[in-house]
Amino acid sequence: MSIDHAPLSTNEPLSTLDVLESEAIHIIREVAAEFEKPVLLFSGGKDSVTVLHLAAKAFWPAKIPFGLLHVDTGHNFPEILKFRDETAARYDIELSVAKVQDYIDDGRLRERADGTRNTLQTQPLIDAIADGGYDAVFGGARRDEDKARAKERILSLRDEFGQWDPSNQRPELWNIYNGRHTVGEHVRVFPISNFTELDVWSYIERENIALPHLYYAHEREVFNRDGMWWSTGEFSTPRAGEDVVRKSVRYRTVGDMSCTGAVESDASDIASVLAEVAVTTVTERGATRADDRISAAAMEDRKKDGYF
Amino acid sequence: MTTTPDTTAATQTTTLLRFATAGSVDDGKSTLVGRLLHDAKAILADQLEAVTRTSEERGFVGGAFDFALLTDGLRAEREQGITIDVAYRYFATDKRSFILADCPGHVQYTRNMVTGATTADAVVVLIDARTGATEQTRRHLTVVQRLGIRHVIVAINKIDLLDYDQVAYAKVEHEVEELAEEIGLDTAHLIPVSALAGDNVAAASANTPWYSGPSLLELLETLPSKEEDTADLEPFRLDVQSVLRPQGGLAPGLDPEQFRDYRAVTGQVTSGRVHLGDEIDVHPAGVRTTVIGIDTADGPLESAGAPLSVALRLADDIDTARGTVLAAAGTLPQPRKIVRAEVFPFTAQGLHSGDRVLVKAGTTTVKALVRIESKRNLTTSVSEPAEVLAGNDIGVAEVKLASALPLADFREHGRSGGFLIIDPQTGATVAAGIHTPAEEGTA
Repeated sequence: MSIDHAPLSTNEPLSTLDVLESEAIHIIREVAAEFEKPVLLFSGGKDSVTVLHLAAKAFWPAKIPFGLLHVDTGHNFPEILKFRDETAARYDIELSVAKVQDYIDDGRLRERADGTRNTLQTQPLIDAIADGGYDAVFGGARRDEDKARAKERILSLRDEFGQWDPSNQRPELWNIYNGRHTVGEHVRVFPISNFTELDVWSYIERENIALPHLYYAHEREVFNRDGMWWSTGEFSTPRAGEDVVRKSVRYRTVGDMSCTGAVESDASDIASVLAEVAVTTVTERGATRADDRISAAAMEDRKKDGYF
Repeated sequence: MTTTPDTTAATQTTTLLRFATAGSVDDGKSTLVGRLLHDAKAILADQLEAVTRTSEERGFVGGAFDFALLTDGLRAEREQGITIDVAYRYFATDKRSFILADCPGHVQYTRNMVTGATTADAVVVLIDARTGATEQTRRHLTVVQRLGIRHVIVAINKIDLLDYDQVAYAKVEHEVEELAEEIGLDTAHLIPVSALAGDNVAAASANTPWYSGPSLLELLETLPSKEEDTADLEPFRLDVQSVLRPQGGLAPGLDPEQFRDYRAVTGQVTSGRVHLGDEIDVHPAGVRTTVIGIDTADGPLESAGAPLSVALRLADDIDTARGTVLAAAGTLPQPRKIVRAEVFPFTAQGLHSGDRVLVKAGTTTVKALVRIESKRNLTTSVSEPAEVLAGNDIGVAEVKLASALPLADFREHGRSGGFLIIDPQTGATVAAGIHTPAEEGTA
């Protein structure tokens, strides 16, 4: 994009996406201006990809003035890790990786009986934030994802243990954010809090944002467990009676392979994914995250504990 | 599967309305919110299933539904059957997208209502038709009136329990109108609804033939948002967030030659609209300059209206550090070191004369000293002299600022007259303030 071509006329009312985009850019610029060392949590998932895209727009024509941080559970889809590295290179941005595997190898964390590593991310995340000296941590969480997240502030204060205190949150007024914190505390920042899943997909389409191919329909060896389709592999193996079949599936969320399932789908491009999302009858976490099915307060408990 | 349903195109073309709801559990607020989401088809199967399951566990029979379970997000809330904190809900119709700030009415009501209302275009206050306007209704409407909410909707709920009786409704309607007048609320939309039965929530009800107005959802679909209402009437104002100088690190793929001397200020247009070539005043530099570029990552614009985030290039090389205020020439409010403000303390510690605080307005934070003048009696709407305001009180204070700020008159210009009051020791936001220079006495 250049600054030389003819200016666009813009007298129509702003669309929902325009307003949401401007809000996110405002938040990202506020945090970059007021904090010493922000970092963006980047998993390669659609929400963090969207936040990264917004960060690039917020500082254009300058490059993004902070780096990326990924907590690698050791069970990530190889396609996602490749996408993560390519994306960091494309934006010319530093990428730090904290590895759950390192913690398991040296005994700081123990593998859970069910093999899920999602909850094991919290300790490496808090350590990486402390070691990196990060005082603001951007994330792609949205309020429409979960009932606990519906109560989350855009700037959310965490103590030195990374804990969230939902009953004592700062009120957020107008577009003025209060990010004051003491040494050891940090602030989690959620610029796309007000995007819904459908908004994110509409925005990805409008902005032509590249995503990992897992989000689009592809053929895969899968087996059915609890109504979700699981990819066969090292971290999720079928039990007796769970037949492996070849199906056209796509992922609505992309997390740890041990707790992220796929949905049956023929939506192989953005337009058909959007069409699917617009008429969906199940939330994305309900459809594809085993860890959120444990109890009504599963997300609240993880968040209080420092999860992102 | 290449066809795209209308809802898809919708979020790219429709406008956004932010609204808040206020009222207590007894007024049926949770039921109304649940009903609104349900009728707008914003509740998905797994959520519905979870709520139905828990409703049964709680003794709701025959598929009846505890709608509050949809909105109460925290364990403590579900267990106690109360709502602690503002929750945000999202739904869309083919006409519009909505963000609903669901504000609990009874615990820390000022804090929650102010939080929900400062970002809202409209507020829906709920009343139980059987009890009519209560003490709490008065409090809610007072906060809404003081914060200058543009569109106030009073949903008179449980109309089914009055057997849809026009005379009984007219009595409550009259009561609310009298109260609104007493408080100084100019206009309010009154709607008879039954959240439980769905009357006048999403669609007009056959049970109230005597009511000819819109349903709640129809009204929300057609109300102009704050920006739609004012973008071309309000003077342009922008609070500078940062200065963009890409010389230190240009985004990948851009030509260094083209951006060798690039310098712009970033910000979100707070109010009004700025055009290429417009003259603007710059505070605190105290100079006038011209806008020569309105940039976004998508390309330059001819003009930008609130709430767009932009980067502005200015004709003159002047000091425009973070905290600088840009305003259409001749419209910058007089910068003042002593301002009169209405304040809304949030915390148990309250706000006292002599408190040393920080004031954060726009993108500036300055030290300040508070002197409380008066407290509003929420029962009589009369101001009484006071030295101390407790949490949930509303009062007037004189705020002495370490450096002069060009705060707008909140009553005329809304958010560019609003600020946070922060405790410098804990960092907590202890109160909201709005600059109200002209109001004196008991108004």
